[in-house]
Amino acid sequence: MKWPTLTRREGLRQALRAGLYGAAVQLWPSQAQDMASGQLLSVAKMIEPLTQGARVLEQDVKWVAPVLADNGTLVPVTVQVQSPMTPQDHVTHVYLLSQRNPVTRMAVFHLGPWNGRAEVSTRLRLAGTQQVVALARLSNGEFRYGQMEIIVTESACVDAS
Amino acid sequence: MTMAFARIQWPERVLAGDVVKVRLLVQHPMDTGYLQDLLGKLVPRNVIQSLTCTWGQQEVFRVEPSSGISANPLFEFFVRADQTSEMHVEWTDDRGVKGSLRQMLPVLPKSSP
Amino acid sequence: MSAAGCVRTVIKLSWPVFMVLAWWGVSGYADAHTPAPPARSLPLSQLKSGLHFAGKDVQALQADEFANPAQLWLSQGSQAWTQPSAANGKSCASCHGAVATSMKGVATRYPAIDAASGRLFNLEDRINQCTTRHQQAPAFTPESDALLGLSLLVTQASKGMPLRVDISGAARGHWQAGATLFSQRQGQMNLSCAQCHDQNFGQRLYTDPLSQGQPNGYPVYRLEWQKPGSLERRLRSCYAGIRAEIPPWGALEMRQLALYLMWRGEGLPIEVPAVRK
Repeated sequence: MKWPTLTRREGLRQALRAGLYGAAVQLWPSQAQDMASGQLLSVAKMIEPLTQGARVLEQDVKWVAPVLADNGTLVPVTVQVQSPMTPQDHVTHVYLLSQRNPVTRMAVFHLGPWNGRAEVSTRLRLAGTQQVVALARLSNGEFRYGQMEIIVTESACVDAS
Repeated sequence: MTMAFARIQWPERVLAGDVVKVRLLVQHPMDTGYLQDLLGKLVPRNVIQSLTCTWGQQEVFRVEPSSGISANPLFEFFVRADQTSEMHVEWTDDRGVKGSLRQMLPVLPKSSP
Repeated sequence: MSAAGCVRTVIKLSWPVFMVLAWWGVSGYADAHTPAPPARSLPLSQLKSGLHFAGKDVQALQADEFANPAQLWLSQGSQAWTQPSAANGKSCASCHGAVATSMKGVATRYPAIDAASGRLFNLEDRINQCTTRHQQAPAFTPESDALLGLSLLVTQASKGMPLRVDISGAARGHWQAGATLFSQRQGQMNLSCAQCHDQNFGQRLYTDPLSQGQPNGYPVYRLEWQKPGSLERRLRSCYAGIRAEIPPWGALEMRQLALYLMWRGEGLPIEVPAVRK
C-alpha cells in the first residue's frame, strides 16, 4: 500500500488551515474537560488585564522559538527583552501569554537589576497553533511586548496511552 | 512520596561581575487537570505554583508557572555573579508539596587569571 | 584422441561439473549443520534510528546533556541502585558493584531467555526478578518512576553499543512469534507493523513522518507521555493507535515482539536517554 507523499510546504499549509480542527482533534483523547478552547483571544484582550491603561509599545521584546513545533506538549522558547537592567531602568516582570490555551497566563517571571540581562527560557505547552505574546513590565511602569505565531502539528497516530 | 529530583547548571568558570546563565530542571508532572490517566480517570490539576531562587541572601529569580508550562519544567535565567554563595531553589505546587535544591555556586575574584 | 580434442572434451565436461558444484553450494546441503539466518525484510544497511526521523527540537532535547528531562529519572535510578532493601539490607550495588562496569552490554541483549525459569524476560522483568529474589522486596509496578530510573540506569551502561540479541535455541520460537506479530494485520484499522514501518518509513502520515519503529532508544522520554516509558508501553500505544485490543501488562506477545524488533534493529547503537515525540 502506498501512502500519498506530502511535502513540507503542503503539510504546513494544511496544518494552518486545519488549525481549529487540529485543536479539536487534540482534545479528543482528553474527553472529560471543559476547556474554552477554539476561542482565539486578540492581543489586546491578552494584555489589557495586565497593563490596565499604562503605556504599551510593541518593541524591544524578541521571541526565539520554533515556527513549527514538533509537539504541543513541549515547545522550547526564549524571550529576550532589551533593557540596561540598572536599578533605575530594568524589567520587573515578564508575562508569557497564550492566545488559545485555557489558561492565558502561562508563566510570570520576576526579574530585577541583579539579573544583569532580561532573558528567560522555558518550555511551553501549546494547545494548538496560536499567537504567543511576551509582555514585559518595566521599572517605570510602562510595558513592552512582542508576539509570534507558533504552528503546532499533531501526531497523526493518536494513541493517548 | 519520593522527593522530586532537580538539577542546576552554571558555567564552569565564573568571575565576579560576569552575567551568567543559570539552568534549572525540576521533576514535576505539571498536571493540567484536563487529561485522563491510563485507567480513564481525570488527573486533577497540580502544577508548580511558585519557584524561587535565592543566592546568598538575595532572591534572584522567581517564576509563577501554570499548566501552560511543560512537565518537568526547565527554567533559564541570568544573574550577575558577585561572590561564592549557596544557590537555594525552592518550589511549591498546588497541593502544597514543597521541593528544594541547594548548591554552592563558586565565583572567582574578578582579577583571576 | 588429439590434444585439441582432449581440450575440447574437458571444456565440454567442465560445464556440467560446474553446474553440479554450484547446485551443491547453493542447496546448502554442504552446510546443513548451520541453519540459515532468517531473511530480513529491512536490510541492515538501511537501518535508521528514530532520531533520524525526529524533528529538530526533539533531536536538540536528546542531545542536551542537562535539560533532557529523562536525566531526572537517571538521578533517581542512581539513587535506587545504592538503596539497601528494607528486608535484607542488600542494594543493587551490593551484588553488582558499579553499574557502568557490571551492566555494560546488558541492555543490548534483552529480551532474553531466563535460564532459571525458561521464560522470555525483558529488562524490566530481569530487574524485578533481582528485586524480588535477591532483595526480598516487592516487584516494581510497570512504568513506576523507580523502575524506569533503574531501567534507564542499566541501559545507560550500554550507551552507544550495538543491539545484539540472541535468537538461537529456545529464543528462536519467540523470535518467530514476534516476526508473525509484526507482519500480521490487526485492529480496527487492519494494519500490520510492517505496512507502516517496513514499507512506508520516511513517508508522512498527514504531517507526521513515519519512522522504522526501532527499539534502540528505550526507555524513552516521550513528549506525548511527558515522562519516560518502556518499550512495552510504546508497543501498547501502537496497538491502541491501530485500534487493536491491547494485551495486558506482562503479556508474552509484547516480549516476543520486542525480541523481533531488537533483532530487526541489530547493530543500531543504544541511545540513552532518548527523546521522541
